[in-house]
Amino acid sequence: MNVIISVIGKDRVGIIRDVSTILADQNVNIVDISQTLMGEYFTMIMRANTEKSELPIDRLAALLHEKGASIGLDVNLRSEEIFDAMHRI
Amino acid sequence: MLSDKEILETMGMVSSQHLDVRCITMGISLFDCISGSADETARRVYDKVASYAKDLVAVGDRIATMYGVPVVNKRVSVTPVSLVGAASGGYLEIARAMDRAAKETGIDFIGGYTALVQKGATPGEEAFLETIPEVLATTEKVCSSVNVASSRAGINMDAVKEMGEIVKKTAYLTRDKDSLGCAKLVVFANAVEDNPFMAGAFHGTGEADKVINVGVSGPGVVKAALEQVDGDLTAVAETVKKTAFKVTRVGQIVAKTAAKMLDAHFGIVDLSLAPTPAIGDSVGRILEEMGLERVGACGTTAALALLNDAVKKGGIMASSHVGGLSGAFIPVSEDIGMIEAAEMGALPIEKLEAMTAVCSVGIDMVAIPGDTPAEVISAMIADEAAIGVVNQKTTAVRVIPVYGKTVGDTASFGGLLGHAPIMKVSGYSPARFIARGGRIPAPLGSNKN
Repeated sequence: MNVIISVIGKDRVGIIRDVSTILADQNVNIVDISQTLMGEYFTMIMRANTEKSELPIDRLAALLHEKGASIGLDVNLRSEEIFDAMHRI
Repeated sequence: MLSDKEILETMGMVSSQHLDVRCITMGISLFDCISGSADETARRVYDKVASYAKDLVAVGDRIATMYGVPVVNKRVSVTPVSLVGAASGGYLEIARAMDRAAKETGIDFIGGYTALVQKGATPGEEAFLETIPEVLATTEKVCSSVNVASSRAGINMDAVKEMGEIVKKTAYLTRDKDSLGCAKLVVFANAVEDNPFMAGAFHGTGEADKVINVGVSGPGVVKAALEQVDGDLTAVAETVKKTAFKVTRVGQIVAKTAAKMLDAHFGIVDLSLAPTPAIGDSVGRILEEMGLERVGACGTTAALALLNDAVKKGGIMASSHVGGLSGAFIPVSEDIGMIEAAEMGALPIEKLEAMTAVCSVGIDMVAIPGDTPAEVISAMIADEAAIGVVNQKTTAVRVIPVYGKTVGDTASFGGLLGHAPIMKVSGYSPARFIARGGRIPAPLGSNKN
């Protein structure tokens, strides 16, 4: 399943590495990344594929959110379906 | 490929504009639970509801995490209990079984303690109606509704008269909680059979065995979109349409996924804009954003008509099956814009009544003085029913004559039900009109065959 992951946090060294490590540990494949700095906040949107992950998407979302929070990042993972539904006819 | 802008827009709707799925409601047919014994019927009702709905809460939570959109309420609606209990007369037993099953499954409410008496009541339905106050006072999660009128049948004024008394009795029996029981009782004209919203949800007789109906929400999303619009009212309507489309698409995908996970029929998506008392989740504020100083000002009915119509036009294409009430809700106690307007005297009950002619429900969650006579409540019901019957639309009355309180006091119901100032009701008596009883004939426009 394709997912969209958003990452927001105060800018510092190693954010991409930290998030990528969490995803790699869960066998989630990153397909695309875009990122920008809004003031002192780092904002990243990732597109990824969870097909090889053993966790179902709801557990993955919860895990990512929890691990993100522990390193000061707001990380949200959602099925891409919800974005497609809203923005594509 | 989705753009970052689109992704951020969706995320913003959820995180700062209160976009949520207001309810996933599972409709369950209870026809196969009917037996001649009250205890046996109640046992079958409990078993069926507890087994069909056992995963409803877990699935709702799972979908919420999967899509990152809160699913606020998980509910069950059942076949009208006046029918299910007719053979045994065990209405109270069935209500208690429903309440137990609701608690067992962890759902928020169970609706369907319902009678459809728009043309007349059977002896069984008469007996059923009398049980409503006790059921609402002694159960926690059971919701009740009674349909007293339809465009086809006209208005059953005998039932209207009785409902005024039932509302009063319910208020008295739940007097220690600001007459909260009345918040769980809706009197309808043209009730719909697939409404996912409480307190008026029931599972119609033409429905399948297990059906998922979903109610979306999103007043905050519409308001935020309108904040960007500086154009004329055509531009306002277009913006509401586009926003309603996006909101409804969320409901559609949630309904489809929930139906699949729960092995149920996908019923309908209800397009209603349902407010909550939270800041930024108000229908009243949308009307104010359109340019009214306060909801209740002259122009409110026109603004609401625009909103209601645009929500439907945007939503219809977004879902394969639209149903339920599908319009803007204007429950006073559940909408911070309405609460404020009522408190400051900007929104009298008469203006609310006018607004109900162009939106989807009626006089909803309105607290009135506890000493309001039963015939006045009946007359309020008759007025709303007339608006619904003549305009071929659903209308409803959910008033709370708060025991021991009067104009100037506030009633507090807690949670999503919010709080409300006690509103003034006309002191002139409709007693003779209500005492006449009988039926108000169906209007000319209903004879369409």
